Amino acid sequence: MNDEAENRTELELIAAILGGQKHLYHALVRPVEKKIFMVVLAYVHNPSDAEDIVQEAFLDGYRHLASFRGEARFSSWITTIALNKARARMKRSAAHAEVSLDDAGDEDRAPAVSPALLRDWREIPSEALERNEVRTLIRQAVSELPESYRTVFVLRELEELSGEETAAALGISLALVKVRLHRARIQLQKTLAPALRSATEPHRKNRWPSWS
Amino acid sequence: MELNCRHVWEFLSGYLDDTLDAAVREDVERHLAHCEVCSAILDSTRNILVLTADDRVFELPVGFSDRLHARLNELIGEEPASPDMTRPDPT
Ligand SMILES: [Zn+2]
Repeated sequence: MNDEAENRTELELIAAILGGQKHLYHALVRPVEKKIFMVVLAYVHNPSDAEDIVQEAFLDGYRHLASFRGEARFSSWITTIALNKARARMKRSAAHAEVSLDDAGDEDRAPAVSPALLRDWREIPSEALERNEVRTLIRQAVSELPESYRTVFVLRELEELSGEETAAALGISLALVKVRLHRARIQLQKTLAPALRSATEPHRKNRWPSWS
Repeated sequence: MELNCRHVWEFLSGYLDDTLDAAVREDVERHLAHCEVCSAILDSTRNILVLTADDRVFELPVGFSDRLHARLNELIGEEPASPDMTRPDPT
């Protein structure tokens, strides 16, 4: 096992890497690589592009490690590098010419989404995630969020960045982060509350004829 | 202040993050105490967020970690330092 490396704090690891124990960079990367990939994937929506960008971001992170000041967490620093790369790539891509994540899109001016109305909610335990069908429902619901909501949602909920870190990584205001996160959550509740209830309580399937 | 259901929905996210002003939070709680619909919406939202953030939901592409660390090794220019550094991703 890798206990020695895992027990060190980020800053201790970075100091050791800069001091010549270069191979410890792997131990710095491993705990955050999945989260960084999720964030970039939410942004570019293409797994192979996302993988390229994540690799480049971690390579850059290594090259510029001496300039990491420890004011942010390593993961939010790498996130900023990765999202800059994703942005640059999307600007080059004609297909994404219309998309700008940094502007308040139409979604932000759109009327608020209403949640799915329920009278009671029976807790769905996380064991339900053992079922592929349940995982697929959730992945689909997240991937169907408007792009600007999805990126904020993934940074806040999956990468667990703070509101301030998310705002900094995306170059938007904290207020906009809050609006988008709120709407992403309500949208997911609207889609997933009926869908997950049907999927986990088969005998109630017909109570939800439509959840569009 | 007496809140209706729509007001409460607008405060849902702030309520979950505990970023509401104390007075607003009290108003929301007073509403939740007697509104089963808003309580169910809150419970389902909280439940769904926990499920969504679970590590099992989103998976890395097969071989992602191996490819990443192989590229890092090229840059770092060292032989894999020790066996534990090259252990396969447990997922
Ligand atoms: Zn209500």
